[in-house]
Amino acid sequence: MADISANFLGIKSPNPFWLASAPPTDKKINVLRAYEAGWGGVVWKTLGSQVKNVSSRYSAVDYGGHRVMGFNNIELISDRPLDINLKEITEVVKLFPDRAMIVSLMADNNRAAWHKLIQQCEDAGAMGFELNFGCPHGMTERGMGAAVGQDPQIAKMVVEWVMEKATIPVITKLTPNVHSVVPTGRAAVEGGTNALSLINTIQSVTGINLDTLVPNPYVAGKSVFGGYCGPAVKPIALKMLTTIAQDELTSKVPISGIGGVSTWKDAVEFMLLGSTTVQVCTAAMKHGFRIVEDMCEGLNNWMDEKGYKTINDFIGKSVEKITHWEDLDINYHHIAHINQDKCIHCGLCYIACEDTSHQSINLAYGKPYNTYSIKEEECVGCNLCQLVCPVDGCITMEEHRVAPEYINWKQWQAEGRALNDH
Amino acid sequence: MISNNRLSSQQYEQNFADIHPPFETQDAAMVEANRCLFCYDAPCMKSCPTSIDVPKFIKQITTENIKGSAHTIFSSNIMGAGCSKVCPVEKLCEGACVYNLMDEDPIPIAKLQRYATEKAMSNNWQLFQRKASIGKRVAIVGAGPAGLSCAHVLSRQGIDVTIYEKESKGGGLMTYGIAAYKVTPQFCEDEVNYITAIGGIDIKYNQALGKDITLQQLQQDYDAVYLAFGVGLARQLEIPGEDLKGVEDAISFIYELRTNNYASLAVGDKVAVIGMGMTAIDAATQAKRLGAKEVTMVYRRTQEEMPCTEHELHIAQLDGCNIIWLAAPKEIKGVDGKVTQLVCETMQLGEPDASGRRSPVPTGETIVLDVDMVIKAAGQMPFDALVNSNGIENKNGKVTINNAATNIVGVFAGGDCVNGGKEVVDAVQAGKDGAAAISKYLGISN
Repeated sequence: MADISANFLGIKSPNPFWLASAPPTDKKINVLRAYEAGWGGVVWKTLGSQVKNVSSRYSAVDYGGHRVMGFNNIELISDRPLDINLKEITEVVKLFPDRAMIVSLMADNNRAAWHKLIQQCEDAGAMGFELNFGCPHGMTERGMGAAVGQDPQIAKMVVEWVMEKATIPVITKLTPNVHSVVPTGRAAVEGGTNALSLINTIQSVTGINLDTLVPNPYVAGKSVFGGYCGPAVKPIALKMLTTIAQDELTSKVPISGIGGVSTWKDAVEFMLLGSTTVQVCTAAMKHGFRIVEDMCEGLNNWMDEKGYKTINDFIGKSVEKITHWEDLDINYHHIAHINQDKCIHCGLCYIACEDTSHQSINLAYGKPYNTYSIKEEECVGCNLCQLVCPVDGCITMEEHRVAPEYINWKQWQAEGRALNDH
Repeated sequence: MISNNRLSSQQYEQNFADIHPPFETQDAAMVEANRCLFCYDAPCMKSCPTSIDVPKFIKQITTENIKGSAHTIFSSNIMGAGCSKVCPVEKLCEGACVYNLMDEDPIPIAKLQRYATEKAMSNNWQLFQRKASIGKRVAIVGAGPAGLSCAHVLSRQGIDVTIYEKESKGGGLMTYGIAAYKVTPQFCEDEVNYITAIGGIDIKYNQALGKDITLQQLQQDYDAVYLAFGVGLARQLEIPGEDLKGVEDAISFIYELRTNNYASLAVGDKVAVIGMGMTAIDAATQAKRLGAKEVTMVYRRTQEEMPCTEHELHIAQLDGCNIIWLAAPKEIKGVDGKVTQLVCETMQLGEPDASGRRSPVPTGETIVLDVDMVIKAAGQMPFDALVNSNGIENKNGKVTINNAATNIVGVFAGGDCVNGGKEVVDAVQAGKDGAAAISKYLGISN
């Protein structure tokens, strides 16, 4: 059995799965249920400024018959009285001292307010803080949330205020609603943050009701941009995570990864790109806290299979595998191959290649079943046919190097070799 | 004893309820529609005699474009609603679904087709616009699938169509010749009304060719004639005892079933059904569901050669019908003019015959079944007298055509009267082919 426990700047949790700061971590009753289900920790829903929420609050994007491929919300930070939140945090920590209790903060935009809130939360038993510099709606208009995260200088200033006061680890949560997360990440590290977490939600319009013509989510005939999350945002989150994990400065602090994590596989991907822990929200909101069971078991089995004893054995292992385009090996070439024994003759590879790619698949007419085969000399190895094939392992990409030696674009060009020659 | 009123009204209702119930909800249809892979040059489409673009209409269900979905279906097959209930899809579209090759259940294409077309019919969406009348008139003989399909295509082009139908209702064998748990008489009537709602199609009922009307007259009064009068006469067994009381042919048996109350229909205690085609299955299951205590199907070949699909065989077996393979009827015996026994000769398989199936050869042994009713479902005969008396070229009564045209100029034909009796969906395609040939003959370009 592998050891899947996490140690994040001394904050220990029995597994690397934390619930992100969001509705599931708003109350004692939710958090207790989460801990009972087996979650390693929570980031308590953001405490701070006084707010008032609206109804409705969520909307989703469905795809191909699956609900909630993407999810957005326009809910604000915790709308419960601060003293109740603090009292409940104390009670929860007492009941589950082995779990990570991070408290998310978003104080009014002045130093005194931050200092006061930090003191109150530390007194309540918080083990760490996460600074909410990312909330994309409601708070930004008041100079908080993403308004802080989108401006590196302001972010740095607030982090400095926090670091003056905090005696426990501080994580700064980054907003993705920027051209690059690196400048704010660097500013936060320069300001003294102990760790980074990303991504917060992405501003979005999930859809429009075609009867009323009002976009979602609906509030009295109007809508606003909501924060987008769920499986749909995972690839974007992984990209942003990579830029933080590869940056000279930001790579020096631990990272808690967020953005569409639904399964142990997603979590492993975030960890391979540098996350020490991962945070989950949408998947739990769709299925409940019980999903953590398979996350733990799946991670454990995978680690056993691969021979990893602790999560530190594989964290960050894929970071160096993402390179620059100009460093890719131009002599690498692979060609699709269709296994005729597995082929079900659906023609999806053919029509995708014929209409939109390189006309590299041959159709031999049959009634009712056509036979499809690869025109090897035409295939550019783009993967499209393999991606659309509904049968696992039917289309494989087989390596046919153009030449044995590595050569990248820069060398190719320097040598004056042929371009546009396909 | 042959008697009616064997069951309670509740039992009748239950026995003749929809055998392939529709999707109860949109969600249920969506789950299945979303399973469809949207194949290119799809095997299901190629296996449909009317070439319905199945992936397209299913995709349209997933996008909630049900009107578009129904239009896709009806464009290829105006009886798409009826076909969704009566087609032997297990040997057509669903049998070709690529999921079969993955050992997964095929997409329930018929059920999805029913979902879209029933919505269209119940909302009375008129999805086709008839062109203004161009002053051409076509007479069609027979308001069955071939006739209606031909009429709809012609009407769309602005041709005025008159259909002469010998029965008092349209739909042909759909209305009169198919098991009641597949389509109800009400549905058949609704379908005919839905098709003819396009306008330009006038159906004259109780008008039989050769009796109430003549081909000569039609040729005089119309610019073209389309013959789609189907097949009718039950094939005789040519064995002793066929005239005994209690011997019926399956076509008349089902006709009675489709035109009367279930309770008024009489069946025997012990019924033998001869044949193993779709109509034989229909007759056997309907007899059982009318309350016959014992139904035995007798077939001279084996399961390998049977004309019905395995799916249909299973329906009969699940209904509790006995099946005796390799038994050919030899004689029907009776007492006081009433059936008491069916004598069959036991067969074995010999060399393949013209149909490619191994032909049954008598072994010389016989078996005797005690029965009080015999239903013959050994196929149907073309109306050869009618065809011959009108000088129409034919082969054993089946009208000979060349691109839907008969040997008589301006007279076209299609459907069962040409092919000797195939599926509804084949007749619909024949109607389309006939309409195309007639349009060409009339000099109309689409």
